[in-house]
Amino acid sequence: MATAAVEAPITGVVPGKATDERVVRRRLGPGPRVPGTLWIGPVLLLGLWFLASATGVLDPRTLSEPWVVVETAQRLIADGRLPEALATSAYRAALGLVIGVVVGLALALVSGLSRAGEALIDGPVQVKRAIPSLALMPLLILWLGIGEPMKVITIALGVLIPIYIHTHNGLRGIDSRYAELAETVGLGRGAFVRHVVLPGATPGFLLGLRFAVLNALLSLVVVEQVNATSGIGHMITLASSYGQTEIIVVGLVVYALLGLVADGIVRFTERKALAWRRTLESH
Amino acid sequence: MATHAGESLTVSAGPAVRVEGLRRSFSEAGGVLNGLDLTIGAGEFVALIGRSGSGKSTLLRALAGLDRSVAGSGVVDVPERVSVVFQDSRLLPWRRVLDNVTLGLTGSDARERGLEALSEVGLEGRDRAWPHELSGGEQQRAALARSLVRDPQLLLADEPFGALDALTRIKMHKLLEKLYAAHNPAILLVTHDVDEAIALADRVIVLVDGVVGSDIRIDLGSKRSPGDPRFASLRAQLLTELGVVEEEVA
Ligand SMILES: Nc1ncnc2c1ncn2[C@@H]1O[C@H](COP(=O)(O)OP(=O)(O)OP(=O)(O)O)[C@@H](O)[C@H]1O
Ligand SMILES: [Mg+2]
Repeated sequence: MATAAVEAPITGVVPGKATDERVVRRRLGPGPRVPGTLWIGPVLLLGLWFLASATGVLDPRTLSEPWVVVETAQRLIADGRLPEALATSAYRAALGLVIGVVVGLALALVSGLSRAGEALIDGPVQVKRAIPSLALMPLLILWLGIGEPMKVITIALGVLIPIYIHTHNGLRGIDSRYAELAETVGLGRGAFVRHVVLPGATPGFLLGLRFAVLNALLSLVVVEQVNATSGIGHMITLASSYGQTEIIVVGLVVYALLGLVADGIVRFTERKALAWRRTLESH
Repeated sequence: MATHAGESLTVSAGPAVRVEGLRRSFSEAGGVLNGLDLTIGAGEFVALIGRSGSGKSTLLRALAGLDRSVAGSGVVDVPERVSVVFQDSRLLPWRRVLDNVTLGLTGSDARERGLEALSEVGLEGRDRAWPHELSGGEQQRAALARSLVRDPQLLLADEPFGALDALTRIKMHKLLEKLYAAHNPAILLVTHDVDEAIALADRVIVLVDGVVGSDIRIDLGSKRSPGDPRFASLRAQLLTELGVVEEEVA
């Protein structure tokens, strides 16, 4: 870590000796980013599972052995059931996510930039926030039936709230001195939004997006298990009634992978989009 | 947004700044500016000093048109192109240095003009840097570049070097003198540093009780050294105006 940062030899260091022996003082921040560390925890857990199954501590009826799960996954992929279910579920989640993000962002902007918008929008959103999206499902089923629209809208509703709350928060937190600056350099309304409001609210928005992604996944699981004829949730529900833990585990792993991949994408975007920030995360 | 009764905000040639009977108050109890009159000629460098809380920033914000929510009245006449330099550099942290400099500029040559302004303040090659990657002095240079790229007729600066160390401040004085010679805008520089005022300005104005207490012309030529006896006597005079007793500083 410290040695990797050496660029020029430091006077007093023995020639030919590549390591830098400066005393690096302990820092209060978490230190520089080490690639791949995010995976240590999950891999350890996987190892434990493997060990427990191999030694017979874990009953296969409780939880199938990892290798059985892998075989099952291969079989499900080969016969096309898993790819099809995954595509259906991913599409649902993505559609709900996109709709929720767009609506949440638009509401946050209108409510954050005008007092009238705030008066109209903020109250209802706060009320909605107090009602879990999943509690609205019975009503949505009545209105929309049990088809795709109900599922996508339930997901979108769960996404909308964190996007709205965090974007609005970020927007209101923008230093008013920047608004003053914008006035002195003669920015118009549109340019002000583009140069000051949107970038200033981006950290809040991205934080909201991370919550939103998890919410989308949670809603996905629930809407698929309540009544679905396709998707990962349907596959799991079927397996549950036949006592096939290996298929259930495959489904769970797919959910986990979906979540990790989505969160990874958001984190990556965050690092790229927020390169201007000097935070504990980046240094 | 409070309107200022009887106030006209107009744009004209002639003197760069004309202020008549300017009043501003933040409370019923008393005004901060009490009928202030001030004229600044085109291309004139004026320093504004006064005790803390005397209303220097209030006056500057009135000239910049940033005080629409403050109660008051009077005539404020400023040119069309006014730039402001704040005590903090106020660079947008999420825009690279060049984009900060060209913020709000239109036209296809904006980028070129921005680069030129950056090299003028000695920041060539730093155009792609993030503001947090610049030192405090460099950030203030970038802020100067941002104000100059607009080719202002009036430059308003509120203690622009207040947060800098003494050495950097001297460098910034040199830079400001150079830029003033090259662009020749009228400048109103708010400072709490009497020496800075005497070293840079053509005129030093002391704000007392919300009006111009004294208005002193500095005729020391372009070579000004604090060792010059005339410099010392001006300093003594200004410190007296500010209510600092001579023995305290001697
Ligand atoms: N937004 C405000 N609300 C209420 N009072 C204010 C506001 N801005 C300034 N004042 C008051 O007006 C007076 C003049 O303030 P101003 O900032 O103009 O002083 P200043 O001369 O710039 O002082 P300094 O040298 O400390 O910067 C002060 O008494 C201050 O408390
Ligand atoms: Mg001030």
